[in-house]
Amino acid sequence: MDAEPPRRAALARILDPLAAPVAAGVATIVIFGLFVSLAGRNPLEVYRLMAVGAFGSWFSWQNTLLRASPLLLTGLCTALPAQMGLVIIGGEGAFVIGGLAAIAAGLPFADAGAPAFVVWIAMGIAGMAAGGALIATAGALRHWRGVNETISSLLLSSIAIAVMNQIVEGPMRDPASLNKPSTRPLPDADLIGNLPGMDVHWGLALGLIACVLAWLLMRRTTFGFAARIVGGNSRAARMAGLPVGMMMVIVTGLGGAAAGLGGMIEVAAVQGDANANIAAGYGLSGILVAFLARQHPLAIIPVAVLLGGISASDGLLQRRLDLPDAAVLVLQGILFVALLAGEGLPSWSEWKARMSR
Amino acid sequence: MTQDYRLSRRAVLAGLSAGAAFSALPLSSARAAGALTVGFIYVGPKDDYGYNQSHAAGATAVKAMSGVKVVEEERVPETIDVEKTMESMINLDGATLLFPTSFGYFDPHILKEAKKYPNVTFMHCGGLWHEGLPTNVHSYFGYIDEAEFLSGIVAAYVTKTKKFGFVAAKPIPQVLRNINAFTLGARSVDPTITVQVIFTGDWSMPVKEAEATNSLADQGVDVVTCHVDSPKVVIETAEKRGLFTCGYHASQAALAPKGYLTGAEWNWEALYPSLVTDFEAGKTIPGLIRGGLKAGIVKTSPYTALVPDAAKAKADGVKAQFMGAGYVIFAGPIKDNKGATVIDAGVMRGQTDIELEKMSYLVEGVIGSTS
Amino acid sequence: MERVESEDEPVNDASLGLWTVPIAVLGGAIRVSTPFLFVSLGELVTEKSGRINLGLEGTLIMGAMSGFGVAYLTGSPWLGVLAAGLVGVMFGALHAAICSLPRVNDIAVGIALMIFGIGLAFYLGKPLVQPKAPTLPALPLGFWSDIPQVRAALEVNALFIVGLVFTPILSWALANTRWGLIVRMVGDSSEAARALGYSPLWVRLYATCFGGFMAGVGGSFLSLYYPGSWSEGLSSGQGITAVALVIFARWNPLACFGASLLFGGAGALGPALQAVGVTSGTYLLNAAPYFLTLLILVFSSSSRRRVAGAPGELSVTK
Repeated sequence: MDAEPPRRAALARILDPLAAPVAAGVATIVIFGLFVSLAGRNPLEVYRLMAVGAFGSWFSWQNTLLRASPLLLTGLCTALPAQMGLVIIGGEGAFVIGGLAAIAAGLPFADAGAPAFVVWIAMGIAGMAAGGALIATAGALRHWRGVNETISSLLLSSIAIAVMNQIVEGPMRDPASLNKPSTRPLPDADLIGNLPGMDVHWGLALGLIACVLAWLLMRRTTFGFAARIVGGNSRAARMAGLPVGMMMVIVTGLGGAAAGLGGMIEVAAVQGDANANIAAGYGLSGILVAFLARQHPLAIIPVAVLLGGISASDGLLQRRLDLPDAAVLVLQGILFVALLAGEGLPSWSEWKARMSR
Repeated sequence: MTQDYRLSRRAVLAGLSAGAAFSALPLSSARAAGALTVGFIYVGPKDDYGYNQSHAAGATAVKAMSGVKVVEEERVPETIDVEKTMESMINLDGATLLFPTSFGYFDPHILKEAKKYPNVTFMHCGGLWHEGLPTNVHSYFGYIDEAEFLSGIVAAYVTKTKKFGFVAAKPIPQVLRNINAFTLGARSVDPTITVQVIFTGDWSMPVKEAEATNSLADQGVDVVTCHVDSPKVVIETAEKRGLFTCGYHASQAALAPKGYLTGAEWNWEALYPSLVTDFEAGKTIPGLIRGGLKAGIVKTSPYTALVPDAAKAKADGVKAQFMGAGYVIFAGPIKDNKGATVIDAGVMRGQTDIELEKMSYLVEGVIGSTS
Repeated sequence: MERVESEDEPVNDASLGLWTVPIAVLGGAIRVSTPFLFVSLGELVTEKSGRINLGLEGTLIMGAMSGFGVAYLTGSPWLGVLAAGLVGVMFGALHAAICSLPRVNDIAVGIALMIFGIGLAFYLGKPLVQPKAPTLPALPLGFWSDIPQVRAALEVNALFIVGLVFTPILSWALANTRWGLIVRMVGDSSEAARALGYSPLWVRLYATCFGGFMAGVGGSFLSLYYPGSWSEGLSSGQGITAVALVIFARWNPLACFGASLLFGGAGALGPALQAVGVTSGTYLLNAAPYFLTLLILVFSSSSRRRVAGAPGELSVTK
């Protein structure tokens, strides 16, 4: 087979990765457009409002970024273990138990009058430890007992949410939180504030840093390289002497720690205490973010922003077009299904090859 | 290596969409000159036959006012979402009066936004207002326990087993107050009546609510009421088991033709337009607006044909007292169901008594526990 | 629809005391287990063919909504059940179609379809919250008793009976018929199946459609019998729990039946215990089935063998 001329090869390199997502994006726009026009709305107006609501002003951008920040961390909970071939879907539980552990650790420090920074470090460590322990359990069970990590992480997640609810309404309940059971709140001085000049809290920065660190770990260290080998072929890795079990525990623990940190941020920056509302579905969205980003830690960033944007525009759609909130769920569903299907479609070069046969 | 392409796929997709959005579109804000824009935020669906629907009915009454534009958003969770929704309504729709209707929106969300936007007025349903809060935050509260008291009275006249059932969401003061008022009302007619309460754990759990109702029916109760976000399931399940029912939030009479007696309802359709009118006129709105039957903030469902005349007479008599000089439901001596005295003899805890806001007990006659 | 006419019965003043708990749990187990039963049997077949469908939650809710809607429009609850099943078939077909493309992960597709199904159901179901639809009939199997509670508990709904009859039939069919053999073969080794001339993708398509049908029917039970109305909070994760249930039952239909009763009974246990005075720990009680499933998984797996009974091709048990 003769080599393609350099220009065609370069063109293929640009078009290759675009073919499927663009096709999926177009398909989504068309299908959802049909859907809303059946509902009696003008699709162009819908899309215009979505763009405005997500990216049309500095306010919208901040709204989007704010909604994206927890997804950066919960996305890692699925993406990191996936590098090792493990499918973890327990991010919601890790997020929630992380938030609970964080407030449990933070309150004693805050009561003792420690400076805010110390409180945050205590909370962060507790949150990451709790979330990490939860998911690492799934990893350990997988290696030492052969229990499928997808199912075990799902079960552990449900159990963790039940435990959080039980503790928040029971032992840790603040008697003053009469009609909205929660733990005692953090003093105002210990709440995580906003990034300078923005209306978005530091959780965004932490999430971005976490994604970059995860990428560095997986792509630029020997540990990451070894982990990806295990992900490719665990038997070969074992034969090569890699400590597969230990690595599984570490990587799942790191994923869980990321989600747990997300929970800590939700408590310290948004809610001010732990209550039933910290189980807000960020874990579930995180799973999707990870899959759409093809489990690539850096790709999580734009995907989270996209999801955040869709969610941010929901309000405008409801208020201006009287489209119920469910319409955005439908859009998300169509988009994800289309993008996932798009992964299966041949790339541009494959199409060309097939066409020319 | 193909792995390197993965990043660029996502980045390109997101970047393209963002770029296209940015370049093409003006920001619009629907600010009609002179019109007042009022925003309503619901934590659940607007048509839940219960809590959120009652607020939506109030919003509908406001929509009918001339010169007032209403924007609504439903299913907004009690997280950062509601803060952003409020800001969106303020910035993009020009709303200057907001009604975030869920209890859990208050702290920290409304408080945060109130500090940020001192020119916007926030009206919260829940009675959490206290001295020292920013002046643009107001609370309103309806003493629906008065209506529950009347429901208890009416139910006492139709029961044969003398056992009532109450399906409740969480053991928080507002719910406990309703349970206690219902019980006290029933026992004021017949002191042998007992009320069994089952807590489902959350505001909207249809399967658990149905189970709880069935469980109560198994226990031999013959009148059921509830305090959950959407009473539809409880009322319909009780109807299937052949029990009498008292409604809550809104009238569920249509759902239970064979069993519905009366109910305790909100009357936001009367309150909201009056608040908006006051706001428009620039009147000072009190920090805490509270009231019960007399103030027209709550009402009772019309009696159905199942209610005997004696019940109507007694209930109407008490209602007249509520409307007139006032009637104190929580008048001592009152014991809780563990035997301790919670309100001493001679002490009258009226509607507005702050102690009632912290209620943590179930009165004598209630079978069940708060923990 | 038959219902207990308690106005005509002698009023039973004596509460049954502690006996209420087992009776209530039995009645509740029958009621609450029915959706679990249908969804898990359907997912069992899907997983036997080597595919896991996590989108059943969306299918279940779509089934509940469409069943309610059709029953309301036509006046017949059974037409509603049928419609729900057909909607389930469509969703199952969609899942199978996308999973048949190369490089597609079935777990991700399941979650995406779950979101799509839930959104679509909530959207289309908006006008269905207010009306009442006719409900499915029930057999008063407790007619022999004078005690109203027993009669109510033994008021067994028609779908449960359908499920009860269907379970052994399915078990037999999987083991003994040609179709059952093909499904299992495809699920254990797609190469062997291909060698014999069967297309794994087509077989999985049918199996997933069947799973979707059952999930849709299971959902229709929620809206057409118990709790018997449409609202957005109708399902509390039954679709996802069913996946755990299938594993708990080791892909055995008869065990699925038992496990559904167990999970259903656990759901009914909370309110029943409260009715007799045990009130604390409700959340932990609700989480008990998950904990049990996890324990069973831990004790029955080992790092050397895969979970006994798991289909060989199932991605989550390889």
